[in-house]
Amino acid sequence: MTGLEVRGLTISLGGPPIVDRVDLTAPRGKITGLVGPNGAGKSTLIGTVVGLNRPVEGTVHFSGDDLLGLDRRARARLCAYVEQAATTEERLTVAEVVALGRIPFAPAWASGPDPADEKSCMEALSRLGMSAFAGRQFATLSGGEQQRVHMARALAQQPQLLLLDEPTSSLDIRGQLQVFALLRSLATEDCTVLMALHDLNLALTRCDWLVVMNHGRVVAEGAPMEVLTERLIADVYGVEARRIQGPVGPVIVFETAL
Amino acid sequence: MTRSLHTTAFAALWLLLLASAVLAVTFGPADINPAEVWTTILHHLGLIPESPVSRLRDAIVWDLRLPRVIAALGVGAGLALAGAVMQALTRNPLADPYLLGLSSGAALGAVALVVVGLTAFVPLGAFIGSLAALGLALAVTQVLGGTTPVRAILAGISISALASAATSFIIFWSATGDSYREILSWLMGSLSGSTWIDAALVAGAIMICAPFMVLSARGLDAFAFGDKAAASLGVDVVRLRWMLLLASALLTGIMVAIGGAIGFVGLVVPHAVRLAVGSGHRRLLPATMLVGAIFMLWADTLARALFDPRELPVGIVTALVGAPAFLLILMRYRRIT
Repeated sequence: MTGLEVRGLTISLGGPPIVDRVDLTAPRGKITGLVGPNGAGKSTLIGTVVGLNRPVEGTVHFSGDDLLGLDRRARARLCAYVEQAATTEERLTVAEVVALGRIPFAPAWASGPDPADEKSCMEALSRLGMSAFAGRQFATLSGGEQQRVHMARALAQQPQLLLLDEPTSSLDIRGQLQVFALLRSLATEDCTVLMALHDLNLALTRCDWLVVMNHGRVVAEGAPMEVLTERLIADVYGVEARRIQGPVGPVIVFETAL
Repeated sequence: MTRSLHTTAFAALWLLLLASAVLAVTFGPADINPAEVWTTILHHLGLIPESPVSRLRDAIVWDLRLPRVIAALGVGAGLALAGAVMQALTRNPLADPYLLGLSSGAALGAVALVVVGLTAFVPLGAFIGSLAALGLALAVTQVLGGTTPVRAILAGISISALASAATSFIIFWSATGDSYREILSWLMGSLSGSTWIDAALVAGAIMICAPFMVLSARGLDAFAFGDKAAASLGVDVVRLRWMLLLASALLTGIMVAIGGAIGFVGLVVPHAVRLAVGSGHRRLLPATMLVGAIFMLWADTLARALFDPRELPVGIVTALVGAPAFLLILMRYRRIT
């Protein structure tokens, strides 16, 4: 039941390491949250798993496969990525954006999406409740709708590992909960989810596992209730916070910046 | 658009291109009709043993007008294709071989080799010039703090001004007679005097670069949401970007070596085509080549016709269409510029 396993990962983009000897695990079929202040190295770490840059050292395995050693297209058939509010100036319809998710599956010379591609694109759109939008221009959609299209594009990749970089930061609360509901249903289908996020209350209540990063290092890892203590929040974020028991569960209330 | 509609539109574009080519060959001081054009072409292809067309008229069609028409078609297709590819790679709707300074760099490289007598290597000089200008434009935008559409254009303008001044100076210094005409034909572009060798060079460059670019269409699509998104879709971002930029510089270099620094084709044509077929590069790139070819052919024919018997540099015609279109594009993208 191994999921994503990162061991001894060090990433440098020319200067001092941005990610420094990181070990972390994202258990298979679970939602793992990656939290930490700005500049902690969360996005860089996800970018490396996606294949954007090569690490200085370390290994990344997923269910036994060496992700960094895999051919790029093979990796893209295994693992999909959604970032925060990605926009484009291109004239693309929603259906065309979702079809981008099939790029790793088609040979370069293919004349168009084959029936299997179209089927998984349509399924992905309908799962996000976006079927009616297929013919619309992507640029004309609201931020929340655009993010759902990105999620549909990722689903069209039929990933076993889904990486998300602050996918909910630009969404209203309804949009955020919709994204988490979708992630939960993917996780129950054995998809492994690793997401960087800022909202500690969502991390506390919606994630199964948490990894806390600061200054390029992992400073805590474990079940959210055990990891997100008042002490840790003070140490990592420099914020005085209290964890109180709300009517339906724990809530983090922030007091002041220390 | 549905798939069958697309097929129809492509067929219509090919027909329009063919009809335009034949019409353009018939146009000129010597009155030649389409039947004579076809007869001459078929005769030279060996399909008609005896041609009823006189030798003089045969020579006008085969040696003067046909190479020029083919060069115009090729230069238009090549510049438009280079523009479309550069826009996708740099995620910059304003990218274009002319605005980024590649064309002026290529003209400088070409003129430098003409002056030292290495005329056979002019296309190579133009390629190196366009590559150097591209490298410089990208380096300057990096120094300015990262690529934005406006920074890239500003860098291109300064490189272009420098290269154009150097080109003008070299011609002025070395030319014995009327250097201004020659300066103008390099800076504004002209296809007058195109030979079969020119036509073959243009066609060759397109045959090398276009299939590679069209086969990379899905990879270019993946750039729509940036490098990280492209990498996550299995695209080798760095390699594909450099190979395609190299191919764009090669294409621009050859086109400029033959036609001079003709502006705005690479900007206007891809944008117009995008409005019709969208940004999917599998359709965009072939359609852009066809429309670019037709556009340039008519621009060149107008340049020949407007002040007959005097000839206008074709770059003036393309700029008359292109500069207002550039303003419209600026308006459309004012949010990001």
